[in-house]
Amino acid sequence: MATRHSRGIARIMITPAVIVLLGWMLVPLVMTLWFSFHDYRPQRGIYECCVGFENYARFLGSSSFLKAVFTTLIMLGGSLGITVIGGIFLAILLNQPIWGQGIVRVLVIAPFFVMPTVSALVWKNMMMDPVNGILAHVWAAFGAEPVSWLTDVPLFSIIMIVSWQWLPFATLILLTAIQSLDSEQLEAAEMDGAGPVPRFVSIILPHLARAITVVILIETIFLLSIFAEIFVTTQGGLGTKTLTYLIYERVMESQNVGLGSAGGILAVILANIIAIFLMRIVGKNLDR
Amino acid sequence: MGRIALRNVTKAFGDVVVIPPLDLEIEDGEFVVFVGPSGCGKSTLLRLIAGLEDVSGGQITIDGEDATGSPPAKRGLAMVFQSYALYPHMSVRRNITFPLRMAGMDKAEQKRRVEAAADVLNLTDYLDRRPGQLSGGQRQRVAIGRAIVREPTAFLFDEPLSNLDAALRVGMRLEISELHERLKTTMIYVTHDQVEAMTMADKIVVLQAGRIEQVGSPLELYRTPRNQFVAGFIGSPKMNFITGEEAARHGAATIGVRPEHLDVSETEGEWSGVVGVSEHLGSDTFFHVHDTGLAETITVRASGEVGFRHGDRIHMTPRPDQVHRFGPDGLRIE
Ligand SMILES: Nc1ncnc2c1ncn2[C@@H]1O[C@H](COP(=O)(O)OP(=O)(O)O)[C@@H](O)[C@H]1O
Ligand SMILES: [Mg+2]
Repeated sequence: MATRHSRGIARIMITPAVIVLLGWMLVPLVMTLWFSFHDYRPQRGIYECCVGFENYARFLGSSSFLKAVFTTLIMLGGSLGITVIGGIFLAILLNQPIWGQGIVRVLVIAPFFVMPTVSALVWKNMMMDPVNGILAHVWAAFGAEPVSWLTDVPLFSIIMIVSWQWLPFATLILLTAIQSLDSEQLEAAEMDGAGPVPRFVSIILPHLARAITVVILIETIFLLSIFAEIFVTTQGGLGTKTLTYLIYERVMESQNVGLGSAGGILAVILANIIAIFLMRIVGKNLDR
Repeated sequence: MGRIALRNVTKAFGDVVVIPPLDLEIEDGEFVVFVGPSGCGKSTLLRLIAGLEDVSGGQITIDGEDATGSPPAKRGLAMVFQSYALYPHMSVRRNITFPLRMAGMDKAEQKRRVEAAADVLNLTDYLDRRPGQLSGGQRQRVAIGRAIVREPTAFLFDEPLSNLDAALRVGMRLEISELHERLKTTMIYVTHDQVEAMTMADKIVVLQAGRIEQVGSPLELYRTPRNQFVAGFIGSPKMNFITGEEAARHGAATIGVRPEHLDVSETEGEWSGVVGVSEHLGSDTFFHVHDTGLAETITVRASGEVGFRHGDRIHMTPRPDQVHRFGPDGLRIE
């Protein structure tokens, strides 16, 4: 796009896409904002304009709000921790010359293609079921009391399911990053007297910093809006109610669109705060 | 100390034998250059000495002690890689101190050594930069700095200058030679460039397909190449090889004459031909001579500016004591 002429054409060509994308994003956002300032409960036929920040005050003031924020953060942190650490470990493993490398790589990536609802159902019924689940059988095989995963440690169980889905993504990104590491750097470090652990800490980890940043940022965006996994397993009970799920309850179960919309806007603000916060900590890796 | 000996060392990658059994002695304080065409196994040999590859057979001793199975860090050798292999996320200072930190040396001594090395290598102003902010020559110097602070028993260089431009290469060549003069530590230097080998080495090891073709000082190799391969590889431009009747007249299967050992004349000479391309370097002129009836082209070097043009007939006479004779097996005939 060197000339002014071709730039002009380019602008015209991308206009439809920009308009569609803007509409796609802006219309729901503006509608949510609009409803959040109304007392709108469709089933009771209530639609009153301009209640000010009443919805926000109620949403923020309810005891479930803070709990939901904490649950969200724990779920986010837990899944990020497991996927990043597990991803680094798997990436290093998959980078070794092993027999059947291609097949192993495909197998590792597979969970990423399973829909969240399906994977949650599979985990709930096949893996974590306290009577018939595979984990229960494993526990029994070692003579241990089978754990009733979704009732005893519900939040941890959901973190496990989510991590299982997102581990492939982290592994894939980190594997490509590891493959781009110049092997002479590792050899130089070896000659400089660095053992495996110092080599990992001083050479591999800094090399992966950028990829880890990307993984964390992208996963955060998606993990903040996790819904299916909770809906299928605990329905938000037992301390697994995230902000997203709380909003869903307000809108669908209490039929309070105004309150839910206020929550939605608060969630957007919270997501932005987290994003800015993450960018600050890890984003400096990106502009190197 | 830095005496390195290889006995019967072999290396194979799977079924491919890269180094057939090979013996080599490197004396303390020597500047040894491994030279040979690309893919002949120079890097592999260096990596065997460094311990980055395991030998398939044979023994490597360093200062008389068996080092065949020792890990690289235990051999006390330092290596400068072709890609420099600097740690991109560390400052120059931290790059250079990396081996010292790994050895757990105390801070004051680290500081002293870094500053001494930076002084020698003109890096004092760059110590707090990242490698990415340095030029190629400076990166090369950082890599050398990282090697010298360890005070190794020997330095290994793998084509360290091949990523630099021509002018810088000449400069760095001198710097490395000076470094050797100053440190008097054994250095093993790998290159495919015979000019580097000739200018820097105390001892040149010419390799072909993993075999040692000849070991000797630059002048020995130049004056008495042991076989046709060495004769053709050492010296620039390449030696002229002539087979057939003319060779038989000298009692050999092939004779070789270096371009600088042919006297040229406009009127008379033993051989004659037509001047093709001429390369004027100012101090010398190289003529590529065709239609001699001896070989496809014969290269001649004439000192100064000589007035032959494209298409002129030129006469050449080899200096009798400078004709190298080779037998049918390619070996030198004395
Ligand atoms: N890791 C390896 N696996 C298989 N073959 C290799 C490996 N390293 C080198 N080789 C082969 O060994 C030969 C010598 O390589 P190398 O020592 O790098 O040559 P040079 O440094 O002289 O150019 C080449 O033919 C190369 O293909
Ligand atoms: Mg090489």
